[in-house]
Amino acid sequence: MTDPTANLLEIENLEVRFHGERTVHAINGLDLELKSGEVMTILGESGSGKSVTLKALLKLLPERRTAMSGSMTVGGIDVMALKGRALSDYRGKTVSMIFQEPALALDPVYTIGDQIAEAVMRHERVSKKDALARALDMLKRVRIPSPESRLKNYPHEMSGGMRQRAMIALALACKPDLLLADEPTTALDATVQIQVLLLLRELQKEFGMGIVFVTHDIGVAVEISDRIAVMYAGNIVEEGTVGEIIKDPRHPYTKGLLASNLHDADAGETLSSIPGSPPPLDVKPDHCSFAPRCAHAEERCLSALPPVFKPGPGRRVACILEEGRAPQRLGQRLPEPA
Amino acid sequence: MRKGIFNRKTNAVRAVDGVSFTVAKGETLGIVGESGCGKSTTARLLVGLEGIDAGDLIFDGDRLGVDLSLKDLWDGVQMVFQDSYASLNPRLTIEETIAFGPKMRGVAADEARRLAHELLGRVGLAPARFAGRYPHELSGGQRQRVNIARSLAMKPRLIILDEAVSALDKSVEAQVLNLLRELKDEFGLTYVFISHDLNVVRYVSDRIMVMYLGEVVEIGPVAAVWEKRAHPYTAALFAAMPSMDPDNRTEVPPLAGDPPNPIDPPSGCRFHTRCSFAEPVCGKTRPKSVAVDGAADHDAACHMLDPISGHSKSAGGSRLEAAE
Ligand SMILES: Nc1ncnc2c1ncn2[C@@H]1O[C@H](COP(=O)(O)OP(=O)(O)OP(=O)(O)O)[C@@H](O)[C@H]1O
Ligand SMILES: Nc1ncnc2c1ncn2[C@@H]1O[C@H](COP(=O)(O)OP(=O)(O)OP(=O)(O)O)[C@@H](O)[C@H]1O
Ligand code: SF4
Ligand SMILES: [Mg+2]
Ligand SMILES: [Mg+2]
Repeated sequence: MTDPTANLLEIENLEVRFHGERTVHAINGLDLELKSGEVMTILGESGSGKSVTLKALLKLLPERRTAMSGSMTVGGIDVMALKGRALSDYRGKTVSMIFQEPALALDPVYTIGDQIAEAVMRHERVSKKDALARALDMLKRVRIPSPESRLKNYPHEMSGGMRQRAMIALALACKPDLLLADEPTTALDATVQIQVLLLLRELQKEFGMGIVFVTHDIGVAVEISDRIAVMYAGNIVEEGTVGEIIKDPRHPYTKGLLASNLHDADAGETLSSIPGSPPPLDVKPDHCSFAPRCAHAEERCLSALPPVFKPGPGRRVACILEEGRAPQRLGQRLPEPA
Repeated sequence: MRKGIFNRKTNAVRAVDGVSFTVAKGETLGIVGESGCGKSTTARLLVGLEGIDAGDLIFDGDRLGVDLSLKDLWDGVQMVFQDSYASLNPRLTIEETIAFGPKMRGVAADEARRLAHELLGRVGLAPARFAGRYPHELSGGQRQRVNIARSLAMKPRLIILDEAVSALDKSVEAQVLNLLRELKDEFGLTYVFISHDLNVVRYVSDRIMVMYLGEVVEIGPVAAVWEKRAHPYTAALFAAMPSMDPDNRTEVPPLAGDPPNPIDPPSGCRFHTRCSFAEPVCGKTRPKSVAVDGAADHDAACHMLDPISGHSKSAGGSRLEAAE
């Protein structure tokens, strides 16, 4: 297989802009790397571009209204250049996705069994019978009760959590190299959620699969991932191992997000949340997007993009507060200290 | 406000069976349970979207179908659906979606629009930026907040929130939960709050109802249920919460075995096929709902809690300790 030290996924300077009645700069110069067999969780503000990043990787954004630039490679494949047959081979086989909304992935007019079997037959030369057997096996592995009869169910006949498990089965049926999982366990109760997380961990080891996982649940991120990237306004503001992010968050947004967790909050107590609202994104950010909400913001935060500091291998923080702490830095423009 | 007994039967699935509970005015009832156990079905029954095959629904003293019409019920009850995408009309802008209900009720277009903008602001979606957008132009969490704003626009007395904050990041979630609490204090609203996030349920609820396979297995004040975890399923559910410690991840799921087939649920106690305390009586007799430690407001349906059930752990009413 592939060299374990090589990157499975490389995203460089990705920009995604939507044109409509108004322009939305959804992704703004995002860099991301993932080794095969690694699990990366993206945490972040609602609307910060997590789903858009994953959809861009599958080229699922509406072509006419989307402007994309930068580069994305998966296992050496240049994603930007893919089209036609190569694109449909890539989708589902090289990379597959568990969507945030089951409604977007599951076709209401086909049974779950047919949909999984069809996906298997599209990528592998197997008979319908074998494909259905694989579908059944996958439904079992994601712990759908009475899988034989659920094969014949239409999506609307299942509960929210079962639809989500069916979608996980669909995404894993062809053993992809890279799995994109957009909040795959939010509709699952804690007992099934932990089973699915353990299952994903197990399959990930078995297939050597890389996973980019999106969740709002910090506990889930802790259970599943090796690394965490924190997103804000279309870019990654901090990245590190799970332990580094949980125990030593550096970016003020990450700190605010972790403080908003209501883990130990008492009923009736006002929950702490980050004041203010996210930036409009109608223009490309030319300064720190978090500055208007940040208690530590200085003049220069509002006048230029913050440099990206790299305090350690695989660790990065895009905030001036790192200055003086971190030995190395990326960023070309280094603002003069005030 | 009281909810009566539901008993919805279909040939295929008895999605909800013999469920009986009340929600007091101004209180928040949290519903948790296995996925597919009938929480959303219960919610749809409460808003009259699902036919009740047997049993009653009583809202503010009036019985549905007797002294209360569906339309009356809908005047007082709103629901925020689990699937935020499927429940928004793709051809209406966000503003139109929120203003639609009030307009149907005779609110002037201008006023309905003003209300829509106000509510968008309160759920953290600046109207100037979001009012004119269509559902597909929003992120998952943004759509969920539109659904919440839409239900608030109808000025309901009871709101059923089915996984209504599950797609929100923790900071926005805190903001929305703060808003729900403010509105409750301001207007004496009543909530039924369905969520898989046990931390959220603990924070918002006055009482918790735990469901397993279409039945209520435990119900009581939040603190009592949280501490006692009297029913073995409740104990397993709470034990399955993700660890927050990267050096100490979960290795073994607290509940093994496959969820049983809801079309043909296990006899006796429906949990007996997966319960580590199950004894022959559990497969034979359906456990009665009994008071936990004599508390009038805390019930659970497990033979171990019933001194006369014949379960060996029930002798002398000795109580199950929360399973690890
Ligand atoms: N087709 C589109 N047209 C215009 N704007 C869009 C479109 N799709 C997404 N957006 C906007 O792009 C931004 C990023 O959306 P995205 O769905 O990636 O957010 P997210 O990080 O996944 O949020 P959530 O946690 O709420 O799901 C949002 O502000 C959203 O409103
Ligand atoms: N239209 C339908 N036809 C047949 N079965 C259905 C239908 N709708 C729901 N069910 C079944 O009823 C049961 C309860 O479903 P419900 O949606 O109430 O579960 P839930 O507790 O909300 O689960 P989740 O937490 O996964 O959303 C499930 O077994 C489901 O498959
Ligand atoms: S009644 Fe029996 S099977 Fe059911 S929860 Fe209690 S001990 Fe377990
Ligand atoms: Mg999303
Ligand atoms: Mg549901």
